[in-house]
Amino acid sequence: MSTRNIEIMVGGFVVLAILSMVMLSLKVSNLASYGGDDDVYQIQAQFENIGGLKERSPVNAGGVRVGKVADISYNNEQFTAVVTMQIEAAYRFPVDTSASILTAGLLGEQYVGLDPGGDEEYLSQGGELELTQSALILEQVIGQFLFSKAQEE
Amino acid sequence: MIAGWLQGIGHWVFNRFSRVGRGSLFLLQCLLSLSYMVKRPLLLVRQLYYVGVQTLLIILVAGLFVGMVLALQAYIVLVDFGAEESISLMVSLSILRELGPVFTGLLFAGRAGSALTAEIGLMKSTEQLSGMEMMAVNPMKYIIAPRFLAGFISVPLLTAIFMAVAIFGGFVVATEMLGLYEGVYWSQMQAKVDFYEDLMNGMIKSLVFGFVVVWIAVFEGYDCVPTSEGLGQATTRTVVHGSLAVLGLDFILTALMFSV
Repeated sequence: MSTRNIEIMVGGFVVLAILSMVMLSLKVSNLASYGGDDDVYQIQAQFENIGGLKERSPVNAGGVRVGKVADISYNNEQFTAVVTMQIEAAYRFPVDTSASILTAGLLGEQYVGLDPGGDEEYLSQGGELELTQSALILEQVIGQFLFSKAQEE
Repeated sequence: MIAGWLQGIGHWVFNRFSRVGRGSLFLLQCLLSLSYMVKRPLLLVRQLYYVGVQTLLIILVAGLFVGMVLALQAYIVLVDFGAEESISLMVSLSILRELGPVFTGLLFAGRAGSALTAEIGLMKSTEQLSGMEMMAVNPMKYIIAPRFLAGFISVPLLTAIFMAVAIFGGFVVATEMLGLYEGVYWSQMQAKVDFYEDLMNGMIKSLVFGFVVVWIAVFEGYDCVPTSEGLGQATTRTVVHGSLAVLGLDFILTALMFSV
């Protein structure tokens, strides 16, 4: 086979591989959501228990995805979990917005649900949510249920 | 009798050590000769054709079928829980993290690794390599280095193609045979598959596999006993050791990357 044909075939092979890589990064993985970090702002909320919340879990308001969980850490003075959320700049929330950790479906993944309040001031970079509601831990609920049943009898 | 027995064990152990030593020195020489590729890129392009392009077909076919089978199997389990929308997630995660790099490594060892060993081994048995040395042409630079680099480059490229084709195969089965909506397939995947954790770790695996498999392949060829029997054994060893290395390393890499 002539050198030129070999070069063409190898070129085609490399281009095919690069196209696959582009398809994998943009269409399959979440690379697209890594970009554009500049038009977001971060807010914090403290929870007593975050259940199974993880980094990159969605943050929803009214069922619409408005951001993601950027960081989870533990505050060793107040003994609470500190969840840092990245909210897209296109969405704004009053300062008295409350956050709760909810579960999609009975056993689905956990996400942060934002419930907007009525204040006229809006949250900005570094803002903190005062009103939070912890995750519902299924074991605790069942435990309480059994306990109350036992007390009735 | 016991003395003979002990002698046998010692002989075997020293033989292993000497092979490992020769293999490492060989790798060092090979890496040092890589700079020659800058002067003669055509050598590399030619090998990329034989090693990479000619392996493409088996990778495409294998990828398509692996993706399709995974989608079918995932459906059987997930439909019981009403979670058949997660097919794409199961297909893409298993392909990106494990099956893509491992399958490509195994197929590469079988298709291209064996060919490399046989080619270099035959050059050795027909004394082409010593002939080159007589003409003051370094076979390390002219024969080994281009093949080594071509293999090392090809495996990650082939892995990327395998992954893309497999996910497309899963897509075809999920939408055409199982009646899933197209949008659900892609959106479930995008929501959960992480670029760095899943895709990049898979590609790192493929780099490691490519390096090890092609190292085994060219070394076995270069180090084979120059008879027809030795050549056959060397080719077999390439496939066996290459495949075992891929599977063993996959466990180590998975444990390092994904264990909590």
